[in-house]
Amino acid sequence: MATNINKAIKISQKNLLGIQDLSINDVNLILDEAHTFIKVNQSKNKKIDVLRGKTQINLFFEPSTRTQSSFELAGKRLGADVMSMNISNSAIKKGETLIDTAMTLNAMHPDIIVIRHQDSGACNLLSQKVNCAVLNAGDGRREHPTQALLDALTIITRKEKIEGLKIAICGDILHSRVARSNIYLLNMLGAEVNIVAPTNLMPKEIEKFGVNTFTDMKKGLKDCDIVMMLRLQNERMTSSYLSSNREYYEYYGLTPDKLEHAKSDALIMHPGPMNRGIEIDTILADDINKSVIKEQVELGVAVRMACLKIFCT
Amino acid sequence: MKKQYFINANIIDPHNSINETGGLIISEEGKIEAVGKKVNTNNLPSREKPIDLKGKYIFPGLVDMRVFVGEPGYEYKENFRTLSNAALSGGVTSVVTMPNTDPVIDNVSIVDFLKRRGRDKSKINIFPCASLTKNIEGTNMTEFGLLQNKGIIAFTDGIKTIQNPRLMSRIMNSAKDLGCLIMQHAEDYELAKNGMINSGIIASKLGLSGIPEIAERILIERDLTLLEKVKCRYHISQLSSQKSVEVIKYRKEIVKFTSGVSINNLSLNENDIGDFRTFLKLSPPLRREEDRLALIQGLKDGLIDVIVSDHKPEDEESKRLTFAQAATGASGIETLLSLSLELYHNGSLKLENIIKALTSNPAKILKIDKGNLSIGSDADLCIVDIDKPWIVKKDKLISKSKNTSIEDKKLQGKVTNTFVKGKELFKL
Repeated sequence: MATNINKAIKISQKNLLGIQDLSINDVNLILDEAHTFIKVNQSKNKKIDVLRGKTQINLFFEPSTRTQSSFELAGKRLGADVMSMNISNSAIKKGETLIDTAMTLNAMHPDIIVIRHQDSGACNLLSQKVNCAVLNAGDGRREHPTQALLDALTIITRKEKIEGLKIAICGDILHSRVARSNIYLLNMLGAEVNIVAPTNLMPKEIEKFGVNTFTDMKKGLKDCDIVMMLRLQNERMTSSYLSSNREYYEYYGLTPDKLEHAKSDALIMHPGPMNRGIEIDTILADDINKSVIKEQVELGVAVRMACLKIFCT
Repeated sequence: MKKQYFINANIIDPHNSINETGGLIISEEGKIEAVGKKVNTNNLPSREKPIDLKGKYIFPGLVDMRVFVGEPGYEYKENFRTLSNAALSGGVTSVVTMPNTDPVIDNVSIVDFLKRRGRDKSKINIFPCASLTKNIEGTNMTEFGLLQNKGIIAFTDGIKTIQNPRLMSRIMNSAKDLGCLIMQHAEDYELAKNGMINSGIIASKLGLSGIPEIAERILIERDLTLLEKVKCRYHISQLSSQKSVEVIKYRKEIVKFTSGVSINNLSLNENDIGDFRTFLKLSPPLRREEDRLALIQGLKDGLIDVIVSDHKPEDEESKRLTFAQAATGASGIETLLSLSLELYHNGSLKLENIIKALTSNPAKILKIDKGNLSIGSDADLCIVDIDKPWIVKKDKLISKSKNTSIEDKKLQGKVTNTFVKGKELFKL
């Protein structure tokens, strides 16, 4: 099957459901592969044909701009036939269950399904019912593995390595799959991880993940090499997790005075989409010397190309 | 009916403090005629051929205080016939059914229907509960007195909880006036909101909303505080945490009440959920190993009175979903005894304590003449090979729904024969 691949690639997993399932070898394999695609994406002719003849189905149950377009572009650049299902017009809206949808799609013999779903564990369920590989593009609050991998690649391209770095992840950790995947991956790669959030937005027993927890942002950012901000979802206000945007910004928004506690060459990251003036000061978000937010998007395509190639073949 | 003689059995009947090797005689009328060590070949007429049980155990038929049956409304999940067969294969001869049906068991006319169906289709003793509030909405009380006169054994909203403290105190007043038993599923809705499994590291890892133990404890504390003023017959359906056991230990010194625990919470913990096993989505949720051990200790100390199966049949379709969408509950009536015996085999509990929590204690709370081997009582009993090994396979389950929480589990101990009113209705 893998005749058009130059080197033998071995990954321990059939599916990419979460960072939790990966070994350090798997991670290095994906990151090395992604590294080679960075140049491809910057060149004039971006199309290669490693996945020619393969079918990729994007199954997004939640609205998404960057992840869905990133996966779509990644598949197309590798030469795969990419189909993005529009859930709002599909049988799901008519009451079809995830498993039935999976069976239907499976009968069309795809080679890979990329799924995003609002329920934690949806990708695990799907993977039990289809023959092809399943890539998790975010499930509920659980995992978003390609986001963590692209964050790691971004850090490595700027800081050369992750081992020994001090990294703060700040904001709505409770509802964040990005935070969970990043905690697993950064820990695996040898970083020291600080979690900064108000107690209401901190998952229970999060310290057992092997992280330091802070409710005081300034203390949490102290001597950090990387400051990773998370999106605050507005509906959190109505359900009494927080009192107001302005108070949140005062205590947990990334502002120049808070950033001063981090290292002088600290980088700012954000998985997007951003709420300027809520979790991040707009000047910092656009500061080309500190913010690597655009790079994250760029490298996202490379990481997804690597994942598609590795898991599709 | 012919007289039936059994000899060489290990007989445990906690109600009569019997724990000895001996025999049992079932009369022509299906009643217990004699029981104990005095029943042996020397005392039997020579023309009779007694059945030699060769050391197997005889227990009173189990009384399961928390069973969901699909009639009316959810017959595709379980009906009285399938429930009876499942129960009999597990040695259960009496069940207390929950009112969470469609329509809800909340008025006198539906009780008539239920009793007719139960009588015609059921082989075991059905003791139906009615709801505490109309349509289980938690707002208006049902007619406790009239319903009780029709044969309702107890009142509960089943899977729902009375949230309003004023309503709860009024329910307690009525229950006291009329002598009714009320059973509460203790969970504060706000604290448990959107929760699916125990709050903690597993929930954080799986990305699922948690149900904190405090949601249970705060409701128990509230009800037991109300109970200090109004001393009615009050039962906490299921405890699930170490903290709840601590609370009831302290409160037992002040007020009188009883409590139960599901066999699931005694046998499993939150780690068993593994990779989103929806069959282990339960209410109350499985909690930490410390909680499981505290519940066992609670039984040992006599703080917890009964073990229930919390038998909640759900069809495949309502479980083959994401964890958030999947239905709550597990089928468990036919594995109740075998799984309980695991606690004996692994040294957690004495056999007599287990049988007490499955027979005489629930009967005492319900004030029914069941769960005993008293002379003159109905011969509801089971014969058990307590060492027989077997493996739980969902395809082999008798219940209409196969949502067992212990698929592939290796168990030791199996019911070989079950009798109701002297009739052998199950034989392995």
